[in-house]
Amino acid sequence: MDRIPILKFGNALLVTIQVDMHDRLATALEEDLTSKIVEHGAKGVLIDISALEIVDSFIGRMLDNIAAVSRILDAETVVVGMRPAVAITLVELGLSLAGVKTALNVERGMALIQARLKTSDEDDDDAED
Amino acid sequence: MTTLKTERLDIRSSDDVVRVRQLTRTMALAAGLGLVDQTKIITAASELARNTLDYGGGGFVLAELVEASARRGLRLTFEDKGPGIPDVEAAMKDGFTSGKGMGLGLGGAKRLSNEFSIHSQPGEGTKVVIARWK
Repeated sequence: MDRIPILKFGNALLVTIQVDMHDRLATALEEDLTSKIVEHGAKGVLIDISALEIVDSFIGRMLDNIAAVSRILDAETVVVGMRPAVAITLVELGLSLAGVKTALNVERGMALIQARLKTSDEDDDDAED
Repeated sequence: MTTLKTERLDIRSSDDVVRVRQLTRTMALAAGLGLVDQTKIITAASELARNTLDYGGGGFVLAELVEASARRGLRLTFEDKGPGIPDVEAAMKDGFTSGKGMGLGLGGAKRLSNEFSIHSQPGEGTKVVIARWK
């Protein structure tokens, strides 16, 4: 079965969804990401959906699940690159993706993750004092 | 109303749900729908195709490029011979689900379409028709 590649980028994982995903592929991505977060001790997950022409309730639920599971594993998920037409449609569909952090592009998403890493490093320093 | 073009696609697997999205995109382009309207009707089609597969046990979609009073549009008919929906009104409400979804399928598809109708008979199956006009 096809898999969506997951790249390691510093402390973060980067996923670029470039195909029209069928449901099994979406479920596989959810599972793969979870194990990669643990394997690499990743602190952030960046999911680029700029190539996706639609996000329906199944893919929306997948994004919500990934964000929830990664949060439990101490990693932050940021979804980037959502097309404006997709955002309009999602809201009308009734999906607000309340549990998912978003950013306009990869650069801003990565900045969000780095900012969180910096804060948690400072917390660690405080703990040592 | 005249039908300019008709395509039929079986819905038997999750790959077919992707094919329904692709067919809907092709037909939406032919109808001259704008980007936001295209996205809405493709998303609605994806929800309904998944319903046909997951709850109806598979079925088919009929995609029609239609024209009425110089306006073009796209009409999609999803049909299955599954168990049917005992309480259609309850099933239309957000949050209603008998399966693994989020319960946004039917209500969401209705909001994303200009026209929506559903006929379901327990034990016989379900037929959902949606349309989006330019």
